[in-house]
Amino acid sequence: MPAEDILVEEEQVEKFNDWSGGDDKPFRVSYGKLMMWYFLLSDAFTFAGFLIAYGTLRFSSASWPVPDVVFSTFPGGLHDLPLIFVTVMSFILIVSSATMVRAVQEGHRENKRGVVFWMLLTVIGGAGFLGCQAWEWNNLINKENMTVSRNPFGSHVANGVYLDENGQPGGETFEAGDTYLLHRADLRSEMTEMELMALESHGEGHEGDHAEEHLVLDAFPADFPDKYVDEDGFIMRKFQVTDGAQAGTTARQEYGPKAFGALFFGITGFHGFHVFSGVVFLLIILINAGSGVYERRENGYEMVEKIGLYWHFVDLVWVFVFLVFYLL
Amino acid sequence: MADHVSYEDSVKGVYKGLILLAIVTLVEVGFSLFGKGHILGGEALSDYTWFIYLIGIILIGLSLYKAYFIVYEFMHMGYEVKGLAASVLLPLVLLVWALVAFFQEGNAWKQNRETVQERNEMGAEKYEQSGQTYDLSTGTGEE
Repeated sequence: MPAEDILVEEEQVEKFNDWSGGDDKPFRVSYGKLMMWYFLLSDAFTFAGFLIAYGTLRFSSASWPVPDVVFSTFPGGLHDLPLIFVTVMSFILIVSSATMVRAVQEGHRENKRGVVFWMLLTVIGGAGFLGCQAWEWNNLINKENMTVSRNPFGSHVANGVYLDENGQPGGETFEAGDTYLLHRADLRSEMTEMELMALESHGEGHEGDHAEEHLVLDAFPADFPDKYVDEDGFIMRKFQVTDGAQAGTTARQEYGPKAFGALFFGITGFHGFHVFSGVVFLLIILINAGSGVYERRENGYEMVEKIGLYWHFVDLVWVFVFLVFYLL
Repeated sequence: MADHVSYEDSVKGVYKGLILLAIVTLVEVGFSLFGKGHILGGEALSDYTWFIYLIGIILIGLSLYKAYFIVYEFMHMGYEVKGLAASVLLPLVLLVWALVAFFQEGNAWKQNRETVQERNEMGAEKYEQSGQTYDLSTGTGEE
């Protein structure tokens, strides 16, 4: 009897010394997939923190730039197309998510060619999205002069009417909540000869909606009856308030809430960084899959499944970035 | 899509899901533009607060549906063990409190800013005389 006891004890000890966990998997998924889920959970909290910060600052501001005015340009010099370009960006990401699902399915069938083909399409989708974002950022930074700390998209807080060239209320009215973009005047001393010649031939001081875009001055700041040009060259139109406590007073356009630029570049940049690293990982796994690394593992291309989870998460975050920044 | 259906059916499922997500996105953009008064005469309604809130709730609802679909179908959560889904999704409930608390705080900041602006415009003395006792430190007071 004692000998048997010792035998059982030795078996027990051996079992407790085995730290591999054996074949029992928590939640019946592999370690890698489980940890990918928990990483995504933590990442979701990071993004939620950013987006809630955006909401909080928006709630705390008297006015906020209306997104369908801010995001209304389209490549090719098209304007007044609210939200159309970001809708195209959303479609690109959704399509790349669907091609990723196809890659995972082909992986389950151990079909190497299928995995490579569908992952390649996913990579192209991701790169296309990044290209669109690069265009959007370039447009905001270089054409519309938005930076992390300067937001030229202001909003009116009361109804009013813009002043005309003589400093009298003109015919152009606006309502509380209307968003405007502060355009920038050019310094004559900073223009090239070509630009100056083009300006001469067009003729200066012509009327029209975009007259302020072509304003060329000798020095900043400058004051006019109908507008003020600040030290950075931003043109702020003057107007008369027509309702509320300030009715009858004259005021001028201001910069929008400063936080807008930092929030926009910070949050879409963080998402764009996720897309970029996703594309890099997709490429690495695509090359591994193509060279037969996962074929030899015979586990249904699980690595493709894991990067698939990450890629869908990037699409998932975009659903909420799209909602918060563009739709609401 | 899932293991319990045939390969052909799961391939079909992907394209159905893609079309579904695309349509929901288009509907969202439509609602957003309608709410901002760009299409279908939303202009007349966009002055009402309830209309803006209604559009907001619809947009949030549609986005949550998209999120649900991506997680449960594309990410396969619907076919995993229930414990996995619970351990990943339940912690997100904490965000509800974060939303309530921070948005409340944002509103309080806005009120404080308005009070500061009002004081600046009236001048501090006149403000005291006007009998308003808004306490900046607690955000409470009466007029």
